[in-house]
Amino acid sequence: MAEKKYNYTPKDFKSDQEVRWCPGCGDHAILNAIQKAMAELDIAKEDYAIISGIGCSSRFPYYMETYGFHGIHGRAGAIASGTKTANPKLSVWQITGDGDALAIGGNHFIHEIRRNIDLNIILFNNEIYGLTKGQYSPTTKYGHKTKTSPFGTVETPFKIGQLAIGAMGTFFARTIDGYVKESVEVYKEAEAHRGTSLVEVLENCVIYNDDTHADITAKATRKQRQIWLKNGEPMIFGENDDKGLVLNGFKLKVVTIGENGITKDDILVHDSHEEDPILHLALSNMKYPEMPVAFGVIRETKKMTYDAAVEAQIAEVQATAKIKNMNDLLTSGETWTVNN
Amino acid sequence: MDKKSRIEKEDVVIRFAGDSGDGMQLTGTLFSDTSALFGNDVATFPDYPAEIRAPKGTVGGVSGFQVHISHNKVHTPGDYADVLIAMNPAALKANEIWVKPGGTIIADIDTFIEKNLKKAGYKTLDPFTEDHLESFNVIKAPISSLTQETLKPTGLDNKTILRSKNMFALGIVFNIYSRPLDYAHNFFATKFAKKPQIVEANDMVIKAGFNYAENTHALPSYRVEPAKIENGLYRNINGNKATAWGLIAAAEKANLPLFCGSYPITPATEILQYLSDRKDLGVKTFQAEDEIAGICTAIGASFAGHLAVTTTSGPGLALKTEAAGLAVITELPLVIVNVQRGGPSTGLPTKTEQADLMQALYARNGESPMPVIAASTPGNCFDYAFEAARIAIEHMTPVILLTDGFLANGTSPMLIKNMDTLPVITPKIAKEGKEYLPYKRSDDGLMTREWGVPGTPGLEHRIGGLEKMAVTGNVSYVPSNHQLMTDERQAKVEQVVAKVPDLQIEGNPDGGDLLVVGWGSTYGHLLDTVTEMRDEDVNVSLAHFNYINPLPKNVADVFSKFKKIVVCEINSGQFVNYLKINHQNFEYNQYNKVQGLPFTVAELKEEFTNILEDK
Repeated sequence: MAEKKYNYTPKDFKSDQEVRWCPGCGDHAILNAIQKAMAELDIAKEDYAIISGIGCSSRFPYYMETYGFHGIHGRAGAIASGTKTANPKLSVWQITGDGDALAIGGNHFIHEIRRNIDLNIILFNNEIYGLTKGQYSPTTKYGHKTKTSPFGTVETPFKIGQLAIGAMGTFFARTIDGYVKESVEVYKEAEAHRGTSLVEVLENCVIYNDDTHADITAKATRKQRQIWLKNGEPMIFGENDDKGLVLNGFKLKVVTIGENGITKDDILVHDSHEEDPILHLALSNMKYPEMPVAFGVIRETKKMTYDAAVEAQIAEVQATAKIKNMNDLLTSGETWTVNN
Repeated sequence: MDKKSRIEKEDVVIRFAGDSGDGMQLTGTLFSDTSALFGNDVATFPDYPAEIRAPKGTVGGVSGFQVHISHNKVHTPGDYADVLIAMNPAALKANEIWVKPGGTIIADIDTFIEKNLKKAGYKTLDPFTEDHLESFNVIKAPISSLTQETLKPTGLDNKTILRSKNMFALGIVFNIYSRPLDYAHNFFATKFAKKPQIVEANDMVIKAGFNYAENTHALPSYRVEPAKIENGLYRNINGNKATAWGLIAAAEKANLPLFCGSYPITPATEILQYLSDRKDLGVKTFQAEDEIAGICTAIGASFAGHLAVTTTSGPGLALKTEAAGLAVITELPLVIVNVQRGGPSTGLPTKTEQADLMQALYARNGESPMPVIAASTPGNCFDYAFEAARIAIEHMTPVILLTDGFLANGTSPMLIKNMDTLPVITPKIAKEGKEYLPYKRSDDGLMTREWGVPGTPGLEHRIGGLEKMAVTGNVSYVPSNHQLMTDERQAKVEQVVAKVPDLQIEGNPDGGDLLVVGWGSTYGHLLDTVTEMRDEDVNVSLAHFNYINPLPKNVADVFSKFKKIVVCEINSGQFVNYLKINHQNFEYNQYNKVQGLPFTVAELKEEFTNILEDK
């Protein structure tokens, strides 16, 4: 590997502002993981732009010693799209939450993914509105009691991966707030992907939705309930790496290696680069308790990015353009001279 | 063919009217472009329904295009037409009130059949008698059948043939006003380069119409000599194109790339289209998923160091208001163009109005001051778009530029300025290597903060919608700091006045009986009215505003010279109320009209006369 140009440490990415999230909030760990990932990525600090909307997660830019923009509710995606399209050399990170991205900002969210703008969207999913103190969000589990659903919600939550794939997404990954080591790798892969990289982070709100992900993230049971996918490797999980995924018709099914004649060779091998989204959709939709929940990079496919296409089109037109400046334009076409 | 004698005319208004599918906009445009190239001064006013194809043959589906050509300077498309071309009964019904007494009406008599007359709302089979049009010079021209006759030898199908009947009408008008045919020929030759048959057919029909008029002695025949206007190179331009080009010109003079984030909306869409055409000049356009994304992408691009613009009409501006406030508090340059239309809500999308003034000035949450300027002719949309960008960049602020449907779609000749003659715009971009404090204000009196552009080493900083500490830009809830920042944002906008030119008096600079006050697109009508009345020795003058916030410094000086003031607007009185707030010492008369139409000189004259006579 070529020598790195920059020798950053995570500290280089910490701003002098006091971090004001609640003690025990999952956001602290995400901040640490992203600062670590950025220290490892070989990108000049001044080339990062971190753009957020509104919500607890959206305070993130203030804690980063990079260029940052704390936007308005739901609009991080649109602001980030403008910044990246204007200057594709920047590494633009959109920090958002389940309310910001999927409720008020839902339109921008699907369209930035559809356009495949080269952004990293880090979506902190705590299944609750935290900053407004505990109302249900578009990802809150059906029937969950919150301040605005005292008798339980009657809304079906979004499946974030399915939404992204439905919007023609080229990159979808999932990680967990406190899993710093794994998250760093996911963030680095998100940055390496050219196009809109969506990372769903299962994040815990200690105050308004504590332990919402505990069924999946609890230490004691995590090996049975999580499957960490790696491209080119078999989809194996379980306490003793003895469980795997196979296809049963169009559906994924959990099998035990060594039972019913199943060997390791029968287990599906993860291909994140497959264009056809069917299997990626099935993997991202797996939910506890029927299935393990998929983590890591689920989908990573190649497609021209919007920002690169915009630049390419301009370059192509300019190569043969007769109009090179405003004087050329003003005097082009039909003009006439008045000479009294 | 004996040549008819030509009557010299100073000034002519022609109105083309037909079904919205009859090609009246093209016919009108070809006539006005031909006249502009011939050297006349020209102003046009398209008047069309919002539906692409409104019910055929109905009054609601009539599309009109008015052209005013003159040997003298032209300021308006004219109140009333000398000649009306009515392609069907509905076009006659909708437009007969817009013809001057004794004017000429040319009707395609082939279309005046029972079915069409009924659809247009006539009760008899003789609309000319029914509506008492005897005093007009009515020419019943068999336009459809003569077009069919002309093109019979070409073997084209009947539908295609009838589609050219508007060119027969154009040929008639070309003859009446002694226009050359080569511009129209070249237009079709370029447009249908690969279909020589179509080019030939159009040529044949135009010539047939021309010859028909030549041989019909009932038709008048005029010459309108080239206009006596300022020497120089000219082009015909509509307000939307002029706006787009003014923005590109500003980007070039500021040495910044141009970014436009917009969502299509009538009547502003064309600005986005014209900018999309300019990849050759490096313009980046982003057709956003909605109005909010339009402005937010522009704010993101401004953060990245571009000259950023978003273009819209009233309903779109309503959606953009929260983000406009974000641009105010982040103190980033941004141009918001509002091409006003009739409101409220969807209102009258294709009609003109000036009723978004209060929205532009105040429709944001919190204390959120923003410069507002307005263009007043199609051509000067170029200058005010340039000026909006200059203010945005030099004062680090969002700016609203107001135009409207009348300016956007109307055309007038524009004197082409060489780019060297336009002022250089100096962006306040922070330099690498110095300490950067995002909210430290300049010491040049303009109170601007510096633009720290991502990608520049050492300037890393955070901005956003939360109130910021003065100088450092850190988030701050300190009460006295909020007061300070609120005051500073207001003072910064007030500093824009430094380069705002003084309000001019057109008429008598020493004052007089009546000062007519207007702003934006009403300029031409107000000027023509004041000029006509002054020619009749009425002591009336005009003061027209292009700068709304901040107002020019000398407003009180100007107002105090006149005995009476009348403020005229295409709304219910928004600017007059704004003046009442800002200049309370004066008494204001007002004249308002909210019909989706521009003023007419006739109604203004009557109103001013009444005010002068204390009626």
